[in-house]
Amino acid sequence: MKYSTLMLFCCLMGIAQAKAQEKFFTKQGTISFDATGGLEKIQATNHAGICVLDTKTGALQLAVLLKGFEFEKALMQEHFNENYVESEKYPRAEFKGVIVNNSNIPYTKNGAYDVQVKGTFSLHGVSKEVTSIGKLVVQDGRIQATSAFDVLFSDYHISIPGVVKDKIADHATVHIDCSLQSLKM
Amino acid sequence: MTMNPTFLGRPLILCSILAIGHSLHAQQQDLLGLVEDKTPKKEYVTNAFKSTRVIDGQSMEFLGKGVLDTRILHRFGLINSGANNLYGLDQANMRLGFDYGLLESLMIGIGRSNVNKELDGFIKFRPLWQSTGPHSSPVSIVLVTSMTLTTGPWADTSRKNFFSSRMSFYNAIIIGRKFSEQFSLQLTPEMVHRNLVTYTADHNDIYALGIGARYKLSKRIAFVVDYHHIVTGLRRNTYQDPLAVGFDIETGGHVFQLHFSNSLGMNERAFLTETTDNFGKGAIRFGFNLSRVFTLHSKK
Repeated sequence: MKYSTLMLFCCLMGIAQAKAQEKFFTKQGTISFDATGGLEKIQATNHAGICVLDTKTGALQLAVLLKGFEFEKALMQEHFNENYVESEKYPRAEFKGVIVNNSNIPYTKNGAYDVQVKGTFSLHGVSKEVTSIGKLVVQDGRIQATSAFDVLFSDYHISIPGVVKDKIADHATVHIDCSLQSLKM
Repeated sequence: MTMNPTFLGRPLILCSILAIGHSLHAQQQDLLGLVEDKTPKKEYVTNAFKSTRVIDGQSMEFLGKGVLDTRILHRFGLINSGANNLYGLDQANMRLGFDYGLLESLMIGIGRSNVNKELDGFIKFRPLWQSTGPHSSPVSIVLVTSMTLTTGPWADTSRKNFFSSRMSFYNAIIIGRKFSEQFSLQLTPEMVHRNLVTYTADHNDIYALGIGARYKLSKRIAFVVDYHHIVTGLRRNTYQDPLAVGFDIETGGHVFQLHFSNSLGMNERAFLTETTDNFGKGAIRFGFNLSRVFTLHSKK
């Protein structure tokens, strides 16, 4: 009798805590980049980015499988995976960080809010501390999260050989666009 | 009823574990784990070879859909023909060809060699693609069928010559596997049917087994071997097994295949049935395949 009461109490506590945490997520985030250096367009898009935002703590995490980036040219996609990011060895890129000004954002009120994000970005086996700015648009219980930032290839030990140096930029401009919905626990 | 102390203790411990768990949860180390789909997905294995040819023979690799590959092949004279012939470079034979990827697992190609003024065309199809994850396949199986047509003057004008006598056919099943990021190996049981042969002692049908392998030395350079063992159909004292060894060098949209081989032929019929030079005795020629791809039909 006492045992079951305790268990019930624990369970209720668990549910209550989970409910209190307002988490938002998507599994279909759009992540694209542009690394055009010459005449040839070097662009790719991935529509399977995972993003989770904890509005209570401001924790923000993103992950994307590099193999899921689609290029217009098949050979470019092949080279991206095989020669540059080595997706067989390092299958995904990841960001784990926090929204610095999280406490100032009224998540329950519709509107657009500028955010500063700080955290660790991991790519090609290298993790680096990064900061970026972005925008959160709260609209009827959904959050649209967008950001753009540059990734310098040399920072992540991605080498561009001499013969293609004039075709590929030394960095990729990454765009992130995630439509987050609340996560039911 | 008296309470057993251990009976009371257990839920308390459970309770405190849960509580600790929750406080950790609040700081949140792995949010992604909450939504991530952990079930493995089927993934096709790509880039077993850098090119759609090992060197002479077809590889298990395909062009992307909508990709045109312009191929310029050169085979020079024998290296041991001496300095006066610039070690064979004086005699250049070539094949110009165009391959096109119709679908991800279907490609076609045509070409013309100056040797025998020969036209060739092929269809290559992949019914089984090496993959990982659920319902995976450990190997790729590729079917190749091709036809060649000599367009030069008839060797014997005294006999009645039929148009069909210009034709030969090639069929092969490639069974290949990419074992690691570096190493790929394929076996190719293959046959050539020639409608017309030069001597009565020659067979119309030739059966062979091809072995192709590549080992990547760096991201953009690979060592490749292409060997075809003639099982039956050719006179052993005259004809040799074609062997080619070389390097694939990849630069952007180009693949250069530089190699040494004992065969002159640049289509399957030619290198399988017309190789007379003995690699072991130094009858080797330098050659290269140059491949440049153009994306005619982009994905979007």
